[in-house]
Amino acid sequence: MWEMIMGELDHAMQELARNFAHFLPRLLAMLIIALLGWVVASLLRVVLRAILRIVKLDRLSDNAGTTQMLNKLALPSSSELLSRVVFWVVWLGFILLGVQVLGIVGLQEYVSRFFLYLPRLFGAMFIVFFGLVAASFFSRAALLAAVNADSPSPRLLATVIRTIIVVFSVSMAFEQLGLAERTILVTFAIAFGALMLGLALAFGLGGRDLARRFLERRFLKEKEEQKHDELSPL
Amino acid sequence: MDLLVGVPTHNNARTVGETVQGIRVGLLKYFPRERAVILNLDAGSKDSTREVVAAASINDVQRSADLYALRTLPCISMVYGDSPATEVALRTVLAAAELLRAKACAIVSPESTNITPDWMERLLRPVHRDNFDLVTPVYRRHKFDGLLLRNLIYPMTRALYAKRVREPYGVEFAFSGRFCSHLLEMQVWDHDAGGVGTELRMTIAAIAGGFRLYQTFLGTKPHLDRTADLVAAIRQTVGTLFWSAEPNFQYWSGNRGTESVPTSGAEYDLTTEPIRVNRKRLYQLFGSGVGELEPVLKSILSPQTLEEIQAIATLSEENFRYPHELWVKTAYEFASSYHKSVINRDHIIQALAPLYRGKVYTFLVENRDASGEEVEANVEDLCLTFERLKPYLLDLWNAGE
Repeated sequence: MWEMIMGELDHAMQELARNFAHFLPRLLAMLIIALLGWVVASLLRVVLRAILRIVKLDRLSDNAGTTQMLNKLALPSSSELLSRVVFWVVWLGFILLGVQVLGIVGLQEYVSRFFLYLPRLFGAMFIVFFGLVAASFFSRAALLAAVNADSPSPRLLATVIRTIIVVFSVSMAFEQLGLAERTILVTFAIAFGALMLGLALAFGLGGRDLARRFLERRFLKEKEEQKHDELSPL
Repeated sequence: MDLLVGVPTHNNARTVGETVQGIRVGLLKYFPRERAVILNLDAGSKDSTREVVAAASINDVQRSADLYALRTLPCISMVYGDSPATEVALRTVLAAAELLRAKACAIVSPESTNITPDWMERLLRPVHRDNFDLVTPVYRRHKFDGLLLRNLIYPMTRALYAKRVREPYGVEFAFSGRFCSHLLEMQVWDHDAGGVGTELRMTIAAIAGGFRLYQTFLGTKPHLDRTADLVAAIRQTVGTLFWSAEPNFQYWSGNRGTESVPTSGAEYDLTTEPIRVNRKRLYQLFGSGVGELEPVLKSILSPQTLEEIQAIATLSEENFRYPHELWVKTAYEFASSYHKSVINRDHIIQALAPLYRGKVYTFLVENRDASGEEVEANVEDLCLTFERLKPYLLDLWNAGE
């Protein structure tokens, strides 16, 4: 009886040792892949950081208002953030490759999904960044045009334009990521519709007098004033 | 061909006939022996501009002015496009001048109905007889006319390029065949701002290219409609001046002091009859502009300059003054930001408009009761401030490069 138990234990230990002997090289391979991944990802981070510095992404980001937004969220500059994102994505990719080498059943599908998802992730980041750049450009253009035309509430106009473009690009990014597509679409439609309806009501009912005064000022008084302003800049 | 006179037109039927006849009389009177041609370049006028040009007959001139032509004086009219484009028109004149090997060329505005025959002599003789390369005009102006020119374009051009050219953005001017060939060869035509401010680019090209400049007094400035919009005027002139500073950096960065340009007639002539100006509106637009554009101005100006501008924006209308030094620093910081493209370049140009209004308000208040000489002294003081602070622009320009 005792011998049987010892025999089974010995068999189990041998099995464990054999399995471990099979698993150890895979584990080492995974660690090597992860280490190699870290080296590659670190190199990429350094190279990307240098390239982004050359193309002055931070300045573009300053102009787009992205830097201010990142500062508020206690995040580093755009070039640093992008470098770090690339580092982690590349390293995670290598780690997952390594995990695949371990041969754990069921994990391979998740790894494939991750790699298939990467282009979407980068696409979404791209959309958000250029959405912010476009929002900054058009809101500034509107602000300048409104100030130089002496229109009322130029900052409000600029903020509205900025918000619309940002909301639009964020919803596009979510759609790109495939996250809550319907919810985002419906939310966007409701928010946009509500904004337009609110503006229509405000101008149509609440702001009738304001609109009248505004139009009078624009088309009657201003012309009168311009008549009195005979200065030619050149 | 000895002489070529270009007249770019667009819907100028009302005035172009008179202008063409004025040119003709001038050419027949002062250059009877030279071979000359008048070239009308039309931008697809919808009125009868071209017909009016064609109908302006030499016989009428000879009858009324008692002049006799020793040579034929052709007047050619052609269409260069369907919308006005000064750059295309000027380039066409240059190409025609080179093709015809004209020794001297002049450009005359079709709206210059106050043209007198001696304009042709004043514009063309320095080029044709005295070998000057670019003749720019000097006009009789009201003391409050052309304030962008006198508060920014003239002083800054003078400080940068070390030549006292009064009207670097003239409507009428003349140039030599030599300078014409130089212009056609160089890259003055590639401009981000869409082909505006060609006249100013030509003046700067002449200075930077070492060509001989001359100024000539033409009398009262014709009242043109080309600058109704302040932002458009700033784009045409300030945008061009800032843009030109880049390719000519080597030239202007080494200059110190200024030189006068040979001039026939008065160097300035300011009239002082009272005109109605809405100063209050300028003051209000400055105040609201500084307040509303704070995020944009932050990107363009240094914190100290912005702080000073914001401080003067809080002053009452009676106490408000935009000092020369602050204005010069503002202009130089705008030029540097334009060079570095800190934000979109056109946005930088547009952001200058409210600040310019503040400077104009100050100019109007300071010179309300001033004589022509006093106004001139004020402008001279501003010019000297631009010259004194030129190292400040160089420091800004070179910072971070």
